[in-house]
Amino acid sequence: MIESRDIELTVNGEARRGRCEPRMTLVDFLRETLSLTGTHIGCEHGVCGACTVLLDGESVRACLMFAVQADGANVTTVEGLAPPGEMNDLQRAFQAFHALQCGFCTPGILTTVTALLRENPNPTEDQVRHAISGNICRCTGYQPIVQAILDCARSRARVIATDGGRAK
Amino acid sequence: MNAPERAPTREKQVGVSTVRGEDQRFLTGSARFTDDVRLERMVHAAVLRSPHANARILGIDTAAARETPGVLSVFTASDFGGPLPLIPIRLAPIPGLERFLQQPIAADRVRFVGEPVALVVAESRYIAEDALDRIVVDYEPLDPVTSIEQAMLDKALVHEAVGSNIGSHYHVSRGDPESGFAQAEYTRKERFRCHRHTAAPMETRGMVAEYDGDGDGAILRIWGATKVPFFNRRLLAKMVGLPESSIDMIETDIGGGFGVRGEFYPEDFLVPWAAIQLRRPVKWIEDRREHLMATNHARETECELEIGMKRDGTIVGLRAIVMADLGAYARTGGGVALARVPQFLPGPYRIADYACEVFALFSNKTPVGTYRGPGRYEANFFRERLLDMAAADLGLDPIALREKNLVSAAEIPYDIGKLVPWEGPNEYDGGDFHSAFRQALAAIAYASLPRDGAAIDGRLHGIGVACFTESSGAGPSESARIVARPDGRYEIYSGVTTMGQGHETAFAQIAADELDLPLSAFQVFHGSTAYVDEGWGTFHSRAIVVGGSAVKIAAESMREKQIALAARRAGLAAADLRLSAGAVLRRDDASTVLEISALAQAAQDGDAEAQDATHIKARFDIKMRTYSYGSHVAHVAVDPETAQVQVLSYVALEDVGHVINPLLAAGQAVGGAVQGIGAAFLDELIYDESGQLITGSFADYLMPTSTDAPPVIPIMLEEAPSASNPLGAKGAGEGGIVASGAAVANAVANALLPLGVKITALPLSLDKLAASIRAARKKY
Amino acid sequence: MKPAAFDHVAPETLDQALALLVRHGDDAKILAGGQSLVPVLALRLASPSWLIDLNRIASLSGIRRLESGELAIGALTRQRMVERSDVVALANPLLAAAMPWIAHVQIRNRGTIGGSLAHADPAAELPAICVACDAILVAQSQRGRREIAAAEFFKGMFETVLAADELLVEIRFPGWPVGRAHGFLEVARRHGDFAICGIAATVDRNDGGSICDSRIVAFGVNDAPVRLAAAERALIGNRGTSDAILAAASAASTGLSPRSDHHASSEYRLELAQVLTRRALIQSMRQALHNKSN
Repeated sequence: MIESRDIELTVNGEARRGRCEPRMTLVDFLRETLSLTGTHIGCEHGVCGACTVLLDGESVRACLMFAVQADGANVTTVEGLAPPGEMNDLQRAFQAFHALQCGFCTPGILTTVTALLRENPNPTEDQVRHAISGNICRCTGYQPIVQAILDCARSRARVIATDGGRAK
Repeated sequence: MNAPERAPTREKQVGVSTVRGEDQRFLTGSARFTDDVRLERMVHAAVLRSPHANARILGIDTAAARETPGVLSVFTASDFGGPLPLIPIRLAPIPGLERFLQQPIAADRVRFVGEPVALVVAESRYIAEDALDRIVVDYEPLDPVTSIEQAMLDKALVHEAVGSNIGSHYHVSRGDPESGFAQAEYTRKERFRCHRHTAAPMETRGMVAEYDGDGDGAILRIWGATKVPFFNRRLLAKMVGLPESSIDMIETDIGGGFGVRGEFYPEDFLVPWAAIQLRRPVKWIEDRREHLMATNHARETECELEIGMKRDGTIVGLRAIVMADLGAYARTGGGVALARVPQFLPGPYRIADYACEVFALFSNKTPVGTYRGPGRYEANFFRERLLDMAAADLGLDPIALREKNLVSAAEIPYDIGKLVPWEGPNEYDGGDFHSAFRQALAAIAYASLPRDGAAIDGRLHGIGVACFTESSGAGPSESARIVARPDGRYEIYSGVTTMGQGHETAFAQIAADELDLPLSAFQVFHGSTAYVDEGWGTFHSRAIVVGGSAVKIAAESMREKQIALAARRAGLAAADLRLSAGAVLRRDDASTVLEISALAQAAQDGDAEAQDATHIKARFDIKMRTYSYGSHVAHVAVDPETAQVQVLSYVALEDVGHVINPLLAAGQAVGGAVQGIGAAFLDELIYDESGQLITGSFADYLMPTSTDAPPVIPIMLEEAPSASNPLGAKGAGEGGIVASGAAVANAVANALLPLGVKITALPLSLDKLAASIRAARKKY
Repeated sequence: MKPAAFDHVAPETLDQALALLVRHGDDAKILAGGQSLVPVLALRLASPSWLIDLNRIASLSGIRRLESGELAIGALTRQRMVERSDVVALANPLLAAAMPWIAHVQIRNRGTIGGSLAHADPAAELPAICVACDAILVAQSQRGRREIAAAEFFKGMFETVLAADELLVEIRFPGWPVGRAHGFLEVARRHGDFAICGIAATVDRNDGGSICDSRIVAFGVNDAPVRLAAAERALIGNRGTSDAILAAASAASTGLSPRSDHHASSEYRLELAQVLTRRALIQSMRQALHNKSN
């Protein structure tokens, strides 16, 4: 019998802990143990991107990590992108552009894009398409997703411009 | 809650690109998909599936599995104490197919890789999968049937008792094909193939089943129902021996359907049955490897198509032999896809004389169901390719050829004959196919684009077009219920189901216009069997057409009843009153005669008349099939040395009669187009000669990503409103995909015109296209 | 698709990791980035009793330019770090050019350079880059340290010369000669997919402008990255005219025994090898012109 482990990590800014077998994936830990069901499982073999979360700020496939590996780490899931009950500008842009239909792939794309815009606040369309090439969407055909991301980036740039360059 | 503003006029909501209110829960991670459902004492199921395409089961040893700590039960066919029920056909009962039905778990025979053999229930999915590894099955492998060719030969049989792999063989026709062809000055016959692929929604199938309570009060609840919950409930009730009223099918948020999710599958019996046995909630979530081998496949069809024409390009006849591989069993979708191929082969063209011979074939592969635009995607590809070949042979411009043969607006309604065995004669009910075609060409700036293999920077450019018709609004009916609440909120209940189309917003828009309320006043509930007395679900693009019409009728009825009641109680004429923003007002001075929230309160307090005006049930029966139509145009650049294709631009144009929400309709068109274009190059379910599914994961089953998706220009026309329903709408869910394989295939063929590359099969994967190019080069 | 049960240990030092390798032998698998291993575990294609998790060994990660001019990269360095590194961009433009072709950003955020090399997928980019650059792969075990030439490291499909008790710890790329030009191309089903055929090429010239050395490495074609020696030879002594490039391209098929699978036939791979060799060489010639004019 393999012993379960206690792990402690920060999720969406909160200290969380839980007990898990070594083989429990990070995505299962988030969903089952921490009841954060916003992150979805689309394939469990690292291709579809539905399970993407931010680990220490970088987008990773939570189905390709074990929870024990995230001990001590800082994780952001879709639930942590805005205060409860609210949407941030990226989420509102998705709504405005109809960048989601069934919504199953959406959390993984939102986290991926959050990391993208942090690193590259003014991406070209090509850069956007390459940044989300690891997230499969079956419903939208990607076009409105790309439009929403570019619109959000442009709006943020305008805010910074009119804000005299202060970071958002 | 504040009373809505009493503005004298309100902007109409229908026709507006309203953003979806439901998006918030999806964007913030608070949606509730099936795997998000947690119940106390819930346990987890896993299915042991056959690793063989065709085999006898000599024995199953579950002892070690059952002894695994954390395992509650391992079920096999022998646990059912008697013959297992067969899963019947729901749609398209082509005679003969009923001999190929599947029982929900294999007893002594498996017929495809992925067929359920045992069900394990354990404390966690992890443990359940451990137990799967410990079940020992003694198989005797048999020779499998793995191709249409093999199936036709009838040497190896999928179902010995039937004696043949040909499940059905029938003919449809219209006019007099023989005399038609006798007039032909030119004929061409080709064999085409559309490949096996599937919808692969991002969420796999799954459900949670709970059987709770005692005796007559016991209720079986199923979370995760969708598509056709009422039908499935009826079927499940029969199979488990419970009254329908004891079963609740609950629709959760659904991660895409596209036709493959929501039909009744073996697990839809096995998991509830296990929940009944164990008296604990059982969750089963399909993993992706299972999904690719167990969820319906689609589209594998070959067609020998022959066209007869005058030298000037006038079509005088069309003859076809259609062979579809339906897999190992006939699924609930029966022969839908198969039967729609002959129906849509003639398309929007004037073809008086047409005959089609149809073969429904069975093989040792995953069973086939309906996938977005079933039969149409295939038929449009076959026909549009042949039209372009004929154009090239006759030296005619492919555009002019189509313009000559498209049914003209003056000929509409156009009788298409009786081309579907279980349906009567049909007709194209409205439209101007030429107008749609012209507008599609204009939208892509056809005249200015390089084509016919023009070489630019080492790539050959081509343009392909495809014209299509598409049916929608399948009947017979749909129900809606609207309830006005004392707090000013209105609840809409519908029997349609939703997998991402945005019906919650669209239905609110429809009701908002009838009741003159803001969208925020509405909450829309859909799918679950508790919501309406009877529902028919979502498929064949019927949700807006039939379901939305039911909502419109219900809302109209509510308005009329509220005005009538107010008139009676105030001693006024109904004609002098109007309903606005939650109150009945006098038309002349806009003074309030009756507050609806007060009426709703009265209803709650027992006022029967008030109840009648605030709780409305309606049903819309659709009496005729209605046809949308349109054209797709694709501009591609092909690298002839690597066979890589880039779709540079794409127009997906469809006349849908009346657009409820342009944003949502465009979303369907773009999504469908990308799905279908991707399938023309990527999606492919490949079996080897032993019947093993080689493309068993997303590493091998490829779908378009953001770097593959072309820019799509979606255009929704409203030139031909439908007479079939009060909205004047035609369905918009499938038009985006149905002509996409045809258009890109024609574009690629056009780009490779200088090389004389022959394209008769999908997919145009790199390897296959490279082989076609190589073959053409060898000829020179 | 849940993995079979395993125990997990995350040593803090290389020595501890090496000791664990010896202790558990065949019962253990190495967990680096996990981007290749975890799907294998999920599909239960492997069920090791132990995972030896290297991710806490800080000393195995890092990018340094050595005094010798070599570029030293720790095996556990994340691919994304290599991709973003200005040091790599200057010290090995070919490596920098290849990085964005590898899978997708989420994979590169966790995947390591050493993990990719030790996994030795015939269609992966990094093994080909190492062969093209004559990289030295450094392996360590309790028995000592071993420096292995990239050309000798990859034996076949998912097979390297690493012994069961060895870990790849560092990759050293020789200094980048002034004026070296490079080309990199691949054809895959979709962006980010494994290559059906890829070419990594370098071209060195002498002061007179003649090509004095070249590496043309094909990946995705054979079971391991392969130097197209006949194609290289066709360039030597030449100024890189289109004739020479065409000669090199047609010689590209020499020595290739391409795999065949449901994504691509061997015939197609062979065709691509020739086409992509030509295009990669044209790329490098254009770059050489560009370098000269700067």
